[in-house]
Amino acid sequence: MFDALPHIYTLIFLMIVGSVIAIETRDLLSTVISIGAVGFLLSLVYLMLGAPDLAITQVVVEIIVLVTLIRLTVTRDDTTVDEHRDVFALGSGLVFGGLLLAASIYCFQDAVAFGSPLMTVSQGYLDKSLQLTGAANVVMAILLDFRAYDTLGEATVIFTAILGAYVVLRKIGRKHDAGDVPHS
Amino acid sequence: MRGMSLIVKTVTRLVAEFITIFAVYIVLFGHLTPGGGFTGGVILACSFVLLTLAFGKDFSLHILSKRAAGIWDSVGALAFLIVALIGYKAGAFFLNLWAKPATFTLKSAGIIPIANIAIGVKVAAALFGGFIALAVFRRHGPGGYEEDE
Amino acid sequence: MMPREFLPYFLAMVLLVIGLYAVMGKKNLVKIIIGVIVMEYAINLFLVLVGYRGTGDAPIVTKELNQNPEALKAFLANAVDPLPQALILTSIVIGLATLVLMIAIAIRIYEKYGTFDVSKIRKLRG
Repeated sequence: MFDALPHIYTLIFLMIVGSVIAIETRDLLSTVISIGAVGFLLSLVYLMLGAPDLAITQVVVEIIVLVTLIRLTVTRDDTTVDEHRDVFALGSGLVFGGLLLAASIYCFQDAVAFGSPLMTVSQGYLDKSLQLTGAANVVMAILLDFRAYDTLGEATVIFTAILGAYVVLRKIGRKHDAGDVPHS
Repeated sequence: MRGMSLIVKTVTRLVAEFITIFAVYIVLFGHLTPGGGFTGGVILACSFVLLTLAFGKDFSLHILSKRAAGIWDSVGALAFLIVALIGYKAGAFFLNLWAKPATFTLKSAGIIPIANIAIGVKVAAALFGGFIALAVFRRHGPGGYEEDE
Repeated sequence: MMPREFLPYFLAMVLLVIGLYAVMGKKNLVKIIIGVIVMEYAINLFLVLVGYRGTGDAPIVTKELNQNPEALKAFLANAVDPLPQALILTSIVIGLATLVLMIAIAIRIYEKYGTFDVSKIRKLRG
């Protein structure tokens, strides 16, 4: 069968390189394009890991992220970043990052090995999904039948976030101007 | 936001309907093939974003105004809640209690296709409404200009 | 434990630390938003990596598989864990919605102050 592991390593390494480029470069347009490349590489990693729903969703979400970020940055005045080095923030970022990496190495000694998950609950979902729910796609059966509460919570979170975006972009205190509402 | 050049407009006229039909296909067949409500909803929002970019915001606001996007968002959320409360009289929440005919067909899996449609409508309307709210924003502050471009 | 067994987890943590450094140490608002995006990608990747099993078969039952009980049992004993995938699917769309909210706030800040530089924003205006 197809051995996906070296491909996964290569793709994650390319993602790390791409995100370092996205963060360190001076031009804002290059930053946005690099983060788009990182998103598409992540979609490929999801495909290698056996998650086709996630791969399709990640590609389309990445396209919308790219469009929104380009509209944010390119039409504004300053598109190059000139910043002086803030040594304190840089140093504290590196220190805390190093602490997080060291703690993660310590914690992974007790974690399950990569490639053999515990699956105490999921094995029951896999075995009984077709006869209990009748859906062939086990991921959708989990999202909409076994764990439908989480989907309700997720719908609420999306509703609230978009409502927050509406509220932030409203015109405040201009009574004579119609503001953002289109003249329909 | 103004539209784009003639090449982009022509290609969008050819392609936008196929993207919408593809999104509806992924939502409806979500319980059989990879995809589902979230994926189809995001693809549907992406087709509206394509229309907005190619033809300008006035065109897409004519198709689906900001108020209509909010209404469809709420309709999707309410439909999902109604699907959840179908089993209320029997004392259950989110119970998949419809009869399940033959598997691997479009009408299988009880309430799952209906929930998929509700989620797809909700996600598409919410994300398109968010994008339009970002696009119609007009700046009057320092360093900005009147018409958002 | 052998490093090979947790190397993918460690690489996802490296990605998280890169995003964290961008959020803590950068001055431009767009770079901070990029840092939050990278952190979201890293966490989603880590949780999907936890559920990998066998040869990476997607957990979707096909009609041919259903007609053959031994093949079905072997497939279900070797398929990828579907539970992290289901929860990360909602997380990806939630990440998009919160990104729209962040960009709305960034647009407001640019309209009011005229710059994306965080160190100039902290001065109170009358």
